[in-house]
Amino acid sequence: MTKSTTPESMERLVEAAKRGRVSRRAFMNYAMAAGITSTTASGLWTTTAAQAAPQKGGTFRLGTHDGNTSDSHDPGTYLSFSIIQLAHTYRSYLTLITPENDLGPDIAESWEATPDAKNWTFKINKNASFHSGKPVTADDVIASMNLHRGEDSTSAATALLKDVDDIVKDDEHTVTFKLASGNADLPWLMTDYHLAIVPGNEDGSANWQSGDGSGPYKIVDNQFGVGAQLVRHEGWHLEGAYFDAVELVVLNDPNARQTALVTGDVDAVTQLELKTLSLLQRSPDIEIDNVPSAAAITMPMFCDQAPFDNVDVRNALKLSLNRQEIIDKIAFGTATMANDFHHSPAMPYWPDDIEQRPYDPDQAKSLLKKAGAEGLSVSLSTADSVFSGAVDMCVLYAEHAKAAGIDIKVQREPNDGYYSDVWLKKPWCTVQWGARPTPDVMYSLAYKDDAAWNESHWQNERFNVLLRQAKSELDQDKRAEMYREMAILAKDDGGTVIPMFTNFVYARRSNVKHTGKLAASWQCDGARACSRWWFES
Amino acid sequence: MNDVLSIIVKRLGLGLVTLLIISILIFFAVELLPGDIAQAVLGMGATEENLAALRERMGLNDPAPVRYLDWLAGAVTGDFGVSLVTGESVASRIGPRFVNTLFLASYAAVIAVPVAIILGVIVALLRESIFDRVANVVTLTFISSPEFFLGYILILYFAVQTGWFPSLARIDDGMSFLEVLERTFLPALTMVLVVTAHMMRMTRASIINLLASPYIEMARLKGVPAWKVIVKHALPNAWAPIINVVALNLAYLITGVVLVEVVFVYPGIGQTLVDAVSKRDFPVVQACCLIFAATFILLNLAADIGAILTNPRLRHPK
Repeated sequence: MTKSTTPESMERLVEAAKRGRVSRRAFMNYAMAAGITSTTASGLWTTTAAQAAPQKGGTFRLGTHDGNTSDSHDPGTYLSFSIIQLAHTYRSYLTLITPENDLGPDIAESWEATPDAKNWTFKINKNASFHSGKPVTADDVIASMNLHRGEDSTSAATALLKDVDDIVKDDEHTVTFKLASGNADLPWLMTDYHLAIVPGNEDGSANWQSGDGSGPYKIVDNQFGVGAQLVRHEGWHLEGAYFDAVELVVLNDPNARQTALVTGDVDAVTQLELKTLSLLQRSPDIEIDNVPSAAAITMPMFCDQAPFDNVDVRNALKLSLNRQEIIDKIAFGTATMANDFHHSPAMPYWPDDIEQRPYDPDQAKSLLKKAGAEGLSVSLSTADSVFSGAVDMCVLYAEHAKAAGIDIKVQREPNDGYYSDVWLKKPWCTVQWGARPTPDVMYSLAYKDDAAWNESHWQNERFNVLLRQAKSELDQDKRAEMYREMAILAKDDGGTVIPMFTNFVYARRSNVKHTGKLAASWQCDGARACSRWWFES
Repeated sequence: MNDVLSIIVKRLGLGLVTLLIISILIFFAVELLPGDIAQAVLGMGATEENLAALRERMGLNDPAPVRYLDWLAGAVTGDFGVSLVTGESVASRIGPRFVNTLFLASYAAVIAVPVAIILGVIVALLRESIFDRVANVVTLTFISSPEFFLGYILILYFAVQTGWFPSLARIDDGMSFLEVLERTFLPALTMVLVVTAHMMRMTRASIINLLASPYIEMARLKGVPAWKVIVKHALPNAWAPIINVVALNLAYLITGVVLVEVVFVYPGIGQTLVDAVSKRDFPVVQACCLIFAATFILLNLAADIGAILTNPRLRHPK
């Protein structure tokens, strides 16, 4: 029992929760640290948060980062965050990530699979309609999906739907996806931001050009890279959309975003500048949301190239990194420690009982001795464009590694074209990965033996057997056990150093409220702040 | 006047050649950038097949000189092509934003040019006084600070602390002219501060240069008051260098605003250019750069013509 068990501190915590000042996760942590069981804490949370009932009304102005004048309505080329935020506001998807980070219904009200997970049937919500008034039908869903399929598709999501052999219409409101091989994650894949539902044309092609959608808000005016004005889509098929209107404002400059928030020109902003976070926290009018996510920083080494072809060398490098210091100094505390397997606590099936790899230069030294690689010297490629602080992180890592007698030469690469000229080309580099919904998606993309992006050239037979088995396994417990074993394999044999999972850090004015539960798939409540948050009058 | 006309025609002809050379340089500079447009558009998420399909659709598989000549053939007929990324025509992509940039530049120029010249005359009159020194130090401080820093300072004092002006210079068609002026005041002021020193000091220097001339001494001896000596006798002969500097600064107001645009979130052409370069969207880059180049060429031409018109010796050559 610690000092924080005094009733006063618990009262303060509850008070803070009522005012929306702490997230559910933080609340649970503090409460449990105070010796309260998780069930009690959870109940306490529900009663405090339940007092904040959503209210309708107002125009919500959200300042978003990463907007580009060359963005477009084509879902296949969605890339910048601003367009992803807009997409979740004016369009809908088959499924969505709930504030509890589970899978929930969007356009599809229910779904089921055959036991081999090869055929997935989605029932479309009959209340769903496009802003033009047309109901959403099976034809629209098929047209939207086919935009990302076929040889001549220019969509960045083709790889995601590669295993889909055919999509058939069972009736007006039912579609079935027929897969080449079983995939228990298909409904999760449908939350991918590219797979927005757009109206279909007569000839079966997708009409994305009009900018019509079936999401909670309808576009009134939009200029890519500048901003969009939207009004509520009356009769939206889901619960929410409390604001009467929404204004998305592209504010690429971090200072412009914070100033706009402080002066009240906008009600909320995405992506805060971490360096000034502590200053912003002082303002009583501003609430900061700090949400652990599945976005990761990785440092893949080519496992088929000396010196990284020796597993002892790889593990020595993993041991020579002081993760806590990186999180404190580079991420200013807004990150979750990673453990060299690419599976974050924000993803389903996360194994919570795997021992954290410590910073242990002595053990690293002895591993190097065993490998006959004492006085190891390697170069690590990085660039500031990978993420803010990437170069600093590598320099810090090089300092940590000195204690193990390892000389890491930090190679600063040009920002421009980093992902075409450095990533997958240099034997060791730094990479930023966006959040992926499930471990299968992540592992299939960058850790599978034959994946085009197997960034560490890692080949592990057992891992790949498990990956294939887990993919079509519908039994949750068996699946979790498989992912646990894979995590251990990746941690102890894999070629990727993973220092941390970065948090999403964003802010709102204190009259903007939410339930305290925030989806971790994107900034701003899984990019669904506009339909989930509300103004307190 | 015929000489002036022939100068204009000659200079415009040379200007076209310059534009052509610039367009070649820009094309190959964009080609030299690492990565290509297909990669930039689809991001990390693209497969080889996606990239191939997109390259095919954008016509990137032709050799570079062929693509340049295709573009040039369109450009000489006034068709600057379509943006490779969004498929909109370049004109509709750039047009409204260029109008915004011109508006902001004019706003700043309307304030900066008179202020700079009047200040220049006053400090020439009161040269070596405290006022002269203070004006010099202040304007030089402004010109020596980077624009974004000046912008942040103005935001801090005039938007955050006093709340007199909005920090975001977002404008749209629905706003009244006065509202637009209020919203864009801080970015315009930033640019005024950046360009004033140069023009003011040139005015001061060229007037002081003339003050040692015999005809100025004559004017003084016959009892003309000091301010009249400067305004009526010195200034008319000092116009040529001042006009040159004014033209240079006007060009800067149009081409050098990208940082100001970013800080104040103003939808001008600078941001379009930066976005287009990062996406390797060659037709848009080309059009933006040619607009900038043409601005320089035309303003320089205007400066030369202005110099001729204000100088009787050049206006009436023997």
